Amino acid sequence: MINRIPSMELAERVREGHLRAIARLITRVESGGDPEVRQALAELYKSTGRAHVVGITGVPGAGKSTLVTQLVHEYRASGRTVGVVAIDPSSPFSGGAILGDRIRMGDLVSDPGVFIRSMATRGTLGGLARPALDAVDLLDAGGFDVVLIETVGVGQDEVDIVRAAHTTVVVNAPGLGDDVQAIKAGVLEIADVHVVSKADRPDSNKTIQELKAMLMMSLEPGEGIWRVPVVPTSSEKHTGFGELMAAIDRHSEHLERSGEITERRRQIALTRVVKVAEEIVRDNFARDSRSQTEELLKKVTQRELDPHGAAVTLLKAMKETIHESH
Amino acid sequence: MQNNDNSAAVIRVMLAKIGLDGHDRGIKVVARALRDAGMDVVYTGLHRTPEEVVDAAIQEDVDILGISLLSGAHMHIFPKVLELLKAKEAEDMIVAGGGVIPDDDVKELYQMGVDKILLQDTPPQEIIDSFRQLVAERGAR
Repeated sequence: MINRIPSMELAERVREGHLRAIARLITRVESGGDPEVRQALAELYKSTGRAHVVGITGVPGAGKSTLVTQLVHEYRASGRTVGVVAIDPSSPFSGGAILGDRIRMGDLVSDPGVFIRSMATRGTLGGLARPALDAVDLLDAGGFDVVLIETVGVGQDEVDIVRAAHTTVVVNAPGLGDDVQAIKAGVLEIADVHVVSKADRPDSNKTIQELKAMLMMSLEPGEGIWRVPVVPTSSEKHTGFGELMAAIDRHSEHLERSGEITERRRQIALTRVVKVAEEIVRDNFARDSRSQTEELLKKVTQRELDPHGAAVTLLKAMKETIHESH
Repeated sequence: MQNNDNSAAVIRVMLAKIGLDGHDRGIKVVARALRDAGMDVVYTGLHRTPEEVVDAAIQEDVDILGISLLSGAHMHIFPKVLELLKAKEAEDMIVAGGGVIPDDDVKELYQMGVDKILLQDTPPQEIIDSFRQLVAERGAR
């Protein structure tokens, strides 16, 4: 048995930028988060809000990990420290995951100004958003200037995660025409910056033009409106990553100057509060699924009660049982 | 839907290849087996330095750091890894080794502080079981 350091003590060390303390608290958060962990997080939340949070998403194979690696190099060259939360899918069968981002990010470690953490999408108590965003808070409180969240751009949870970022970067790759179509309605429209990766490939121009044409259509007239840029990058030729960092910085400045940052912060708060509320409800539902729930389900299947009515009844009953431990 | 106990039980493992050793078929098979057993496996890729691996393992806060060595450099690499873990106050991390290691060296590695050596031809289920046991013995962290 090992000496288990209390979470509140770890929280103190997180404030001092202690990497091991950050790592351990992320583990505890990911494991469900007992009341003491929640308390530590609540305390540390007061020290957050300084980091610029960048969400990076795109279809599998678009080159997100490579892009993140290059982007981290750019930030480091500009003198800023960077935390990365890299999210990989879990096996739907075993719940296990192979987290492979480290393979590409290998040369980033052994730099105390960089912290990389891999996370699996596995249902950590109902969803991925809460532990991932708690991890972002921990890196923020730990003093990192920039926090990058990298996730596969499929599924509502992932969209929620990028919604909790100040700047959202969508990575598009040439030759993935149908995939671009597939995410167009979802993540494509939440992009603050578009990247076309693998820009050394001859068909990248087509992707760039398509994106620009699409963005043109949704352009609103007026002054002081953010024009979503399309940044071509190539890890093969090491081009575009400085431009990408500059575009993210410009977006950050735009948010501050236009005052949009206030609305964005409100949006982030909304996303997070709703997300946690959802989780608490789901968790509660799963916990006391025996007695009352079964009763209600029977009534719904027998058409004595409609699903909406049953849900309202359940929520009313839940009100009594929800406690602060979540 | 998972409950608290289930999610808390997810074991995090880092599988690492250190130094001039290009044989990664075995470690990939192990990675797959551990994943299929419900563990989160962080794979480092080839040709890492002990420093890189230890720093990454600390950031990932893995329960177990598994190092596969088929290059014969185990008597150099394990002491280095253990020393780095100690220097970085991460001695509570479980260190496991796998690959081609002579019996005499295995004994010495255990004395040095390596928690488990699993030689080539160890069936995947045995690796899974021993990892679970090591984590259970260590207790909550």
